[in-house]
Parts: sequence; structure tokens; C-alpha cells
Amino acid sequence: MCQCCAEKKDIYLPQLATVVKAEAMNVTERYLRLSMDDGQFDYTPGQFVEVSVAGIGEAPITITSSPTQKNGFELVIRKIGNVTNAVHNLREGAKIGIRGPLGDGMYPIEEAKGKNLVFICGGLGLVPQRSFINYVLDNRDDYGEVTILQGTKCYEQRLFVKEVAAWEERADVDLLETIDEPHNAWKGSVGVVTKLIPKIKTDLKGAVVLVCGPPVMYKFVLMSLEEYEVPHENIFLNLERKMKCGVGKCGHCQINNVYCCMDGPVFRYSDLATLPEAI
Amino acid sequence: MSVKKISKDDFAVFVDALIGKTSVIGVQAKGDRFDFAPLESAKDLRLDYDVTLQPPKKYLLPPTEVLMTFEIGGAYHSQYQDQPFVLLGVHPYDMVAINQMDELFQQDNYDTHYMKRRDNATIIACDVVKPSENVFASSMGTAVVRGGYDILLTDVGGAYVVESGTPKGEKLLAEMKGTVADEAALKSRDAVWSKNEKGLNRHELKCDAAYLPRLLEKAYDHPVWAERAKTCFACGSCNQVCPTCYCFNVQDDVNWDLQTGKRERAWDGCLLDGFTKVAGEHEFRNPRSDRFRHRLYRKAKYVPPKIGGQIACVGCGRCVAACLPDIANPVSVYNRLIDDLGIG
Ligand SMILES: Cc1cc2nc3c(=O)[nH]c(=O)nc-3n(C[C@H](O)[C@H](O)[C@H](O)COP(=O)(O)OP(=O)(O)OC[C@H]3O[C@@H](n4cnc5c(N)ncnc54)[C@H](O)[C@@H]3O)c2cc1C
Ligand code: SF4
Ligand code: SF4
Ligand code: FES
Repeated sequence: MCQCCAEKKDIYLPQLATVVKAEAMNVTERYLRLSMDDGQFDYTPGQFVEVSVAGIGEAPITITSSPTQKNGFELVIRKIGNVTNAVHNLREGAKIGIRGPLGDGMYPIEEAKGKNLVFICGGLGLVPQRSFINYVLDNRDDYGEVTILQGTKCYEQRLFVKEVAAWEERADVDLLETIDEPHNAWKGSVGVVTKLIPKIKTDLKGAVVLVCGPPVMYKFVLMSLEEYEVPHENIFLNLERKMKCGVGKCGHCQINNVYCCMDGPVFRYSDLATLPEAI
Repeated sequence: MSVKKISKDDFAVFVDALIGKTSVIGVQAKGDRFDFAPLESAKDLRLDYDVTLQPPKKYLLPPTEVLMTFEIGGAYHSQYQDQPFVLLGVHPYDMVAINQMDELFQQDNYDTHYMKRRDNATIIACDVVKPSENVFASSMGTAVVRGGYDILLTDVGGAYVVESGTPKGEKLLAEMKGTVADEAALKSRDAVWSKNEKGLNRHELKCDAAYLPRLLEKAYDHPVWAERAKTCFACGSCNQVCPTCYCFNVQDDVNWDLQTGKRERAWDGCLLDGFTKVAGEHEFRNPRSDRFRHRLYRKAKYVPPKIGGQIACVGCGRCVAACLPDIANPVSVYNRLIDDLGIG
């Protein structure tokens, strides 16, 4: 190998990690705790990894744990296609390929200090947000009021049920939850997540708002935030795109001129003003 | 770097000697057209060609390429093809495209797979003798090239003027017969350059190429995208033949033993169905008009800031010829926008 390549590492090469813990969260979502075999793994909330299953392929998955928690890192994976199905079959002790952490667009952990935070999560959107939520709760004094809005399609799909209940218990967290479809066991609010926005107690005008959910959700949430005059600089959106390389080469994740894998996946809303393909 | 003049016969001798030592990919006739292919003899070399069907890109970024091998449930191993080769007969516009690609694959995240091939390549470029039917390199400022090649050949009638551009090229030049290029030969070469700077222009862009990013700033919602895309097949030919398109897909292939396999990358195209489609059937850039626009925006607005302001269309004209409904021609789209939106 020539000198230049010998020194530069292969940006497409996964490193091995071991599945330390794996459990079903419900029919479609599986929780994994991983540990890199070479021990090295530093990340910031909002970053993702490319999960690799040899023979099947790779899928971009956000890290759901917070870096404040030192024991490996966690993923939650929805079974929806080839790679994600294969990941669901992995048992504890299995090897899995990991590239990352990837993505320079992370949650504004520094900028948000001292401010009130509002997390708006739709469905699986809780998974990436959970990383920053736990980061904030582990550094509670650094941040202002914390409000979490969680909307889920149906009762059975609710994620991290115990953890969410624990957040709800806390006096320093305001948790508002809703499900789209009524259910016998559900006593709480019914309807889409935007219905909860008027119930936010924090003054939205000065808050940092973090949004993550399915593509259709963003437009409605943003329209609603517009009514409360939240400055666009204070809104952060976690965007999803098709990804193949995760390192700014393959072109699949482009949002106009921006690469979601490199410049995102977390974007400041005001930076998206010139990107008609964003929302 | 030195400049020599070498007779065509002596150059043929040099090429045959080179073929004996290394793998040489040279331009040859393919039916009544031309293409790059492994060269077996100097007499098959056609440096008087107009344009090749495919750009030389495929020797640096192959249509499919093994990135790594793996054992199921085990480790991944990078794979590199480590064979030196010579690309012989690269036209200036294609050389500019390679220079752009070099920059894009090195910046931000260094792509060892592309760069390994690139480092193994020796490029002998040659100035255009016969303009192709659709070339517009003069409009794009890519009719002559001033760097990137190891050697540049210019046909000045009975002989070639040969100039080295790198130490690698300088070494090769030393192996060639010929004499130090005299004043007359250099003058003839200047004449070829001046002629090409104007003459490779079958489609004439109505503005300076450097203005295109600003033109596109105000053209996003122009009707031309939908009008053109109405007859687009989404066949992706315009992506496939383009020397500056480099989007790719990555896929796994398991061997017969079901224990081992390889991960490959393969060319992809932003015009093709499914390019932005994710699991669950959502497609982020679905309308053909949006995809059609994306290709031309990439060429003239999105990629330029990454390559020092150059336009990522080098005016080879291949997409013009490849597009059956005849809508892909970048110049006719840009000119239409200039007619409607003006310059400035
Ligand atoms: C930044 C980011 C973070 C994500 N985080 C999570 C997460 O935490 N949990 C989770 O369950 N899902 C997450 N997803 C979605 C997840 O990547 C897709 O569901 C997954 O790629 C589907 O792959 P598949 O092979 O199972 O499906 P297939 O339909 O077989 O997909 C084939 C290939 O297409 C690409 N692809 C398909 N869908 C997507 C998609 N939605 N996004 C990107 N590429 C896609 C992938 O390269 C994939 O391997 C995230 C997506 C992105 C972009
Ligand atoms: S866009 Fe067309 S003319 Fe321009 S470089 Fe690509 S194939 Fe050649
Ligand atoms: S523009 Fe032409 S070549 Fe390109 S995808 Fe459409 S029909 Fe095919
Ligand atoms: S995923 Fe390949 S460029 Fe972003």
C-alpha cells in the first residue's frame, strides 16, 4: 500500500462492536446496547452511526444514549427493511459493524446552556432526542426548564415507557404525552403531537426548541411554532434522508447543496431557509 | 518541466514499449465511435478521436468496485486494486473533470479507494484534433488544460509536442526519443490552443460560465424544469456518461459459501427512480422535474463552491448525445434561463 493510503484510514470500513444487551421494546422496535471491541467511542448527542450487517448492508441509526452514560452506547432500531430486519435477529454476544460517530450537525449542547428547552418528538423521534434529554438531565444545573412533548401513533408503540414515566415523575421536567389513536389502557391525551404545543408552560419565545419525528410532522410543528413567534435561530430539526456512505460522497442524502450526513442530521431552522428541499 | 518534439513514428515506438512494461488504456475505435480500452498495440491508438463514448472516469471510479471483503459475523477487510496503469489520450475537458474529482474525493473525508487508483494512474492527456458533434468545452473554459496530467501531447501536424506536468511525466519523457521543442513547434502548439479555445463550441453558452451559479440563484422556480422533465424517462443516461457525476450506491454480495462476501460500490444517478427513497416508501426528491433540476444545480451551483468556483460541467457534450428525448443539453437550459431572466 502506498504511504498516503497507509496513513489514511478507510472511511467505509466498519469496526467491530459486540451486542452487550438486546431486547424487544415492542413488535417493531428493538433496543441494543453495544460496546466497541477496540474500546474507543466518543460522541455528541445528535450523532449517528452506520450499522453494518455483513452480507446485508448498512443503515444509519442515531445514538440514543447520552455520552454522560459511560457504559457503551445504545441504539433503537425499527424493523422496516433488509438491514433493520437482520439487526433484529442479533442476540447478545453477536458481532456487528459500526462506522462513526458521524454527522457534524449535532444538538446545541453548549448554546442551549442556561436556556429553557422544549423537545417535540413524534414516534421514533424520541430515540435521537433521548440522547440530548438524558445529557441535559445528567447536567441538570446547566439548563433551564425542560419540557418534553411526545406523540405516538398507537399505545403499543410507545417507547422507553418506564424511562418516560420517570421523567414525568420529576419535578424539574414537564412531560406532555399524547397518542393518535384512542386505547382502553390510555388515560392521557389523544390526538397528534401539535395539539400539545398550546399546553407548553415555558415561554416559547426565549426557548430552544428541538424537533424530531417523521417527515410529515415538521411542517405542522413549524406552522404551530410560528404562531408563538419562536425565533428560527432557536429551532433545531433532526432531519432524515436516504444515506449510503454517511461521509459526504455518495450524494444520496443531499438537501439542495447540503449533505444531511455531514452538515446534519441536526439543523438549525434558520440555516434551512435557503433550502427548499429541507421540509 | 521540459517540452519535447517527437515524430509520430517515434511516439508509436514509445507506446509499444510502454505496453510491454505496464497496462495501457488508450483511445480506440469502437464501430464508428471511440472509447477507452486496454491497448494492445500503438497502431490501434486513435489520438485523432472526437470524443469517447464513456469518459475515462471508469478507470478511476469503476462502475462497480469492491470496497471490502468480510466474513459473516466477523471482521471487514479493505480491498484495494494496486496496479499501476497509463491512461492514454485524455482530452482536456476530461482532464479537468478528473482534477475536479480528485479534489472532491480528497476533501473532508479522504477516499482511499478512489485515491489509490488515482495514484496508480499515469495520465497522458492530448489536445483535441477534431471537435465532436456536441462539445462545448470552449464555453466552459475547459478546451485546454494546464495541469493534472503527467504528460500533455499536442498534435502539430507531422509530430507531437510533448510536455511533462509532473516528475512522473518527466521520467517518461526522458524515455522518449525526440528533440527539445523548437520555437516553431511551440508556436504551432499555441495555434492549436488558440483554435480550440474558441472552436470546441458546438453549443454556445450565452454567458460567462462563471456567471452560472448566480443565474441559478434566481431560476429555482422557473418553468423550464417541468417543461423539460415532461419527456424525461428517468433513464439516468445523462448521469452515466458524465465525467463529473460520481454518486454511488453501496451493496453487499455474499459468496457461494455463505460464509464470506464483499461490499461493493456501484454508480448511481440522481435522475433514477428511488435515488432518495427510504424504507417506508417516502421519497424525498420524487418529481422528475426536481431530479432534472438537481442534476443541473449540482453542476453549476452546488458543487462549484467545493472546487474553487469551477463549474462541474466540463462541456464534453456526452449527455446531449445520450439523452433520447433531447432535453439534457445543459447549454440549451442555461441559455433559455438567460433569455428569460437576463444577465446581471
Ligand atoms: C440520520 C438518521 C438516523 C436514523 N436513526 C434511526 C434510529 O435511531 N432508529 C431507526 O430505527 N431508524 C433510524 N433511521 C432510519 C433507518 O436508517 C432506516 O430505517 C434504515 O436505513 C432502513 O434500512 P433497511 O435496510 O432496513 O431498509 P431497506 O428498505 O432495505 O433499505 C435499503 C437501504 O436504503 C437506505 N435507507 C432506507 N431507508 C432509509 C432511511 N429512512 N434513512 C436513511 N437511509 C435509508 C439504507 O442505506 C438502507 O440500508 C435513521 C435514518 C437517518 C438518516
Ligand atoms: S453535464 Fe453533460 S456536458 Fe456537462 S460534463 Fe456532464 S455529460 Fe459532459
Ligand atoms: S434527462 Fe434525458 S438522459 Fe437524463 S434521465 Fe431524463 S431522459 Fe434520461
Ligand atoms: S450519505 Fe452519502 S453523501 Fe450523505
